[in-house]
Formats: sequence, structure tokens, C-alpha cells
Amino acid sequence: MQAQQTTVDPGEIAKFEAMAAEWWDVNGKFKPLHMLNPCRLDYITTQIAGEFDRDLSQPEPFKGLRILDIGCGGGLLCEPMARLGADVVGADAAERNIPVAKVHAEQSGLDIDYRHTTAEDMAAAGEQFDVVLNMEVVEHVASPISYLTACQRLLKPGGLHICSTINRNPKSYVMAIFGAEVVMRWLPKGTHEWNKFITPDELFDLMRDAGLNPVDRKGFVFNPVSWSWKISDRDLSVNYVTAALKPA
Amino acid sequence: MDNPARASIFQIMTYDSDILIVGGGLNGPALALAMAQTGHSVTVIDALPQAAREAEDFDGRSYALALASQRLLNAIGIWEKVADNAQPMLEIKVTDGRAGEGPSPFWMHFDHAEIEEGPMGYMVEDRFLRRAFLDAMADQPLITQISGKTVMAQDATTNAVSVTLDDGKILTGRVLVGSDGRRSGTAERAGIKRTGWGYGQTALVCAVAHEKPHNGVAHQFFMPPGPLAILPLTGNRSSIVWSETDEEAQRINALNDAAYLDVLRPRFGDFLGDISLAGKRFTYPLNLTIANSFIADRLALIGDAAHGVHPIAGQGLNAGLRDVAALAETLTLAARRGEDIGSEQVLLRYQQWRRFDTATLALATDAFNRLFSNDNPLLRAARDFGMGVVNALPGLRRGFIREAAGLTGDLPKLMQGKPI
Repeated sequence: MQAQQTTVDPGEIAKFEAMAAEWWDVNGKFKPLHMLNPCRLDYITTQIAGEFDRDLSQPEPFKGLRILDIGCGGGLLCEPMARLGADVVGADAAERNIPVAKVHAEQSGLDIDYRHTTAEDMAAAGEQFDVVLNMEVVEHVASPISYLTACQRLLKPGGLHICSTINRNPKSYVMAIFGAEVVMRWLPKGTHEWNKFITPDELFDLMRDAGLNPVDRKGFVFNPVSWSWKISDRDLSVNYVTAALKPA
Repeated sequence: MDNPARASIFQIMTYDSDILIVGGGLNGPALALAMAQTGHSVTVIDALPQAAREAEDFDGRSYALALASQRLLNAIGIWEKVADNAQPMLEIKVTDGRAGEGPSPFWMHFDHAEIEEGPMGYMVEDRFLRRAFLDAMADQPLITQISGKTVMAQDATTNAVSVTLDDGKILTGRVLVGSDGRRSGTAERAGIKRTGWGYGQTALVCAVAHEKPHNGVAHQFFMPPGPLAILPLTGNRSSIVWSETDEEAQRINALNDAAYLDVLRPRFGDFLGDISLAGKRFTYPLNLTIANSFIADRLALIGDAAHGVHPIAGQGLNAGLRDVAALAETLTLAARRGEDIGSEQVLLRYQQWRRFDTATLALATDAFNRLFSNDNPLLRAARDFGMGVVNALPGLRRGFIREAAGLTGDLPKLMQGKPI
């Protein structure tokens, strides 16, 4: 076994450990994310494997790939990517998420570079990645076009951009806001503003304007009978995910 | 550690194996082979010494493998090693009868020709399966076998699970699997309680040789003391599973072979000619025991450690192999997504998949047994009527055949004949 050091202040660690436990509690506050996570990971891993010609049945299939997760939270996507062998940077604009994610990565024995920064700042610093994960963020930003342009700049030529968000229609209002926030209390009230939701066609147009080539889109569909999520080719009516490439 | 003020030293874990399996009977090795096939390292720990596990003699024990189980064994390279010694079950005849009276006119007949998948299942002797598993594990470089060692303690942390063996050796892994039977020490050490009850019945199990060929037909007679199953083995031999009250079973088991056969003959009937014993005799008290949870921190239970069902329908090993297929699929898909295979969110998926099936099977088996192990004339009339109805309706009959073949429910990929 080899030992590594952390930069986290020891006085804060207990608090961060408690917050990390909260992020990773499958029945806790982030339950909806945990339920959706296998679906998101299935889509992400399949897209990356397809684009970079990797075999997911081999150990560490993403070795050599540099992946950025924007809005990394507690590291629910960063840790799987690191486990698959990628060099992972997790960025979050919420400062308090960073030490929490760091503590959990250490508990998991994973080496992940977590930073308190934004896509725009990293793009300005000239950082580049093979893959940018942009999951459930675009519906929260002030200017989607400038945000997506920053994401495009963060990609190496030929790089892959995966972006998921929520559609805008009466059904998505009922499901995402009335259902998830008001009835189920899965999400705090006010988590989403419906008028910030983006339709798949609008998102494709925005990505093209930002210099990205959209190549795929799929729905994430919740089945209230099996109480689980599935990837759908046709039903993009509420949650959906897209893949786009930066021209080589 | 140069700067203690910045403490919280963490260690990149190295594991002895990805998966630690306690119990090297049949389900444990099946899981080991399935996981090794998808690139995972596995250690299988068994309390029995290697020599005892390799015993060659036929001891009379055999299994009715459902078609779905046969597909799983095929996928993990076991079937090719036992196929020559497997007897296909082509038909199942179910009859309500009283010893000495012969069967009642009401009966059910299930023929594999009514479903397209093939025979409903196969009879395979325990010794051939055990041998095949030991050979296959020895040929698989990702599997380490530890025989003759008992697990004394186990411990789960945020990123690893460890077991301590009786020689003091400690092994670490990402996930621990308890495949150590209905008195699972692995479940007990994790604080998992069990729910269960006895039936006041004991199963008498033996193999017999008979004069006439069985033609691949399995028989189930429902008699007041309990059911009698005649399951075809290779050649002119059959496996007998026969239930009596505990006291009666004790009495019969204490008899010498000749007297034992004298008790069996009127129950068996003479349709296969005279019978003689073709192996040892066994008794198994019938009881049902289900673990209150199939998972704990970095732990999953499979087979009898999770659920010991009444062996009336021969579903014990089949249910265990279904756990194997479901757990192997759950863990493999999780690993390909980069998830921590020992994490609660992953293990919960396995439990969710298997617990419903298991509860259904346990209750159905229990109800079935209570209905049929009874000489109440009303119940007898009702079940005769029920069997007549099932037999008369092809759709319903095909449903039963598919159920017997293990083809119903949310079938794991390995049991559909597909790779994970």
C-alpha cells in the first residue's frame, strides 16, 4: 500500500466527512441523483468508449483520457471516471463541495483533481480535455451560449462534450417542478426555473453556435412502476442527454 | 506523513481479490467463474479440506437443473464438463395419490414439446457438478481457492472488506459474498437475522436402480404424508425425494436397506419394475429460512445463505444459481460503469432484483406443500379439480412448464443464454 497526502485542513475533515456521507447516502438528500446515476453513467461510458475506441470489458478502459466534470458536486461522476482509469478534474462553482468531494475520493482510494472554479475561468486559463461532462448544469446558468462556448474551448480538437438537461414543455413542468420539488420533495423548492429549461432542438442550435457538432441525443425516462430510470431513443420529453464533438 | 498537521493520510487500496466468496459448494464457485469471466479476481474460501471436496463416489445426491440453470452453467464453462452425465427431463407427470391405492384419475402432464426452448431441465449428480466446478476453478488464473480454512471474523470499511481466517491470515476485497448455506456464518457475523419455520417433515433422499427405462419422465406424487418425487438419472436409475413426518422419517431412516426399500416400494409403485438402492441414503429436515436482508455493508448473500426453501419443487439450487446470475450481472455492469462494486447503491440493485422472486417462491412453495400434504377430502377434491383444470388448459399448462424450466420473471442475461 502506498500513502498519499491531502491538502484538506484536518480541523474541517470531520465536517466534510459528514457532508460527503450525505452526498453519497443513497436514501438521502441526493437520492434522485443516485437513482439517475447508473443511466447517466451508461450513456457517458458508452459514448466515450465509442468515440475513443475503448473496450469497457477491459480493466481501466479510459486510461490516458483527460476528463472534466463541470458541477461535480460530491463526485458522483468523477469517481466512476477515475475508477475507469481516466485523469479526472472535477470543477464546482460551489466552494463547499470541493473539500467534501476530496474527502470522499480519499476514502475511496481515488486520485481526483477537485477545483473550485468555473468553466469560463478554466477556458481562459487554456486548459483542455478529451471529454467534458456537463450534466444538469446548463439549465442553471445565466447565459447558456457563453457557458457552452467555454465548454467548447475546454475541449481538445475532436473532443467529446456530453450535456444533459431538462426539456421545456407542460409535461416537464409537471414532472420536474411539481413532481420532483413539490410532491416528492426530492429536490428543494426553487431548484429549477421552468423558463430556463431548454428543448433538445434549442440545445442543438446553441451547441452549433458554440462551435460543437451535435451527434446524438437520448431521453432519460423515469418508470414509476419499476421506480427506476431507463435510456430511451424516442422519449426526450423531460430529462435528456446529448453528445457533441468539437471539430478536429 | 511528513506533515502530521495535514493529517488524513489516505491509502490507495490494494485488494487481495476483487471478490471474496465464503463457501465453495456450488453457488460460490459458479459466481467465482462468472465474475472471473468478466475480468475480476476472486478468492473462494471453503472450510472443507481439498480431498473431501474432490470425493469421486456417487453419494446419491443429485440436482434437478432447470433449463435456465443449464444455460448459466453453459455460459461459465461447466455444462461441457457434465453434459455427458446429465439426464434430460422431457416430461413431468404430477399425480395425487395415496400409498397403496395408486394415483387418482386427476393428474397433470407437462411435456417439453409444448415449449420451444427444449427439455424442462436436466438431472445431474452432485459429484459430477462438484468435480466440474473444482476443475474449472483450477483452470481459471483469476480464481484463488482456499480449502480447509474457516472464516473467524469479517470487517467492512468505507473502501474494503476483510476476512480473518483461522490461521490468522487476513484477506481483503471490494465485496464479500456469503455462499455458506442456511446457517451462514457470514450473514450472522454481519448481524443479519433470519425468518423461518419448520414443517415437522423430513425429506428422505436416495437414488434407486430400476428394471425398466424411465424415458426421461419425472413424476411427482402428492401423498398425505408429503410429496414423493421420482427424477430420472442416467441409465435405469432415478433419484427419489420423499417426505414424511419427522418421527416417521426417523423410523424409516433407521431401518436397514431391505426394510427401507419395503417401505418405499408401495409408494413408488411398480411401473418401473423392481427397485434397488443405488447410493447412500440422506435425510433433510424440511424448513424454510430467509435472511431478513440479502445485503449488508460490502456483503451480499447468495443461495441458501439468503433463502433456504422447502425442496419440494427441487428449486433450491436453481434459485441459488439465479442469485449467482443476478449478482454477477449487477456487479459486472456496475464495474463497467466505474461504480464501486461493493457500494450500497450497487448491492441494493441485487437485493431488489432477488428479494421479490424469493418471497414469491417461498410462499408459493409453502402454500403448495400445505395444500398437497393433506388428506382432508375437501382439499383433495379441490386439488384434483385444480390439476384437472391446469391439465385441460394448454395456456396454463405451458405457463407451468415455463415456470418449471425457470424461464419466468426478470431473467438474468446468463440465464437467457447471453453473455453479460
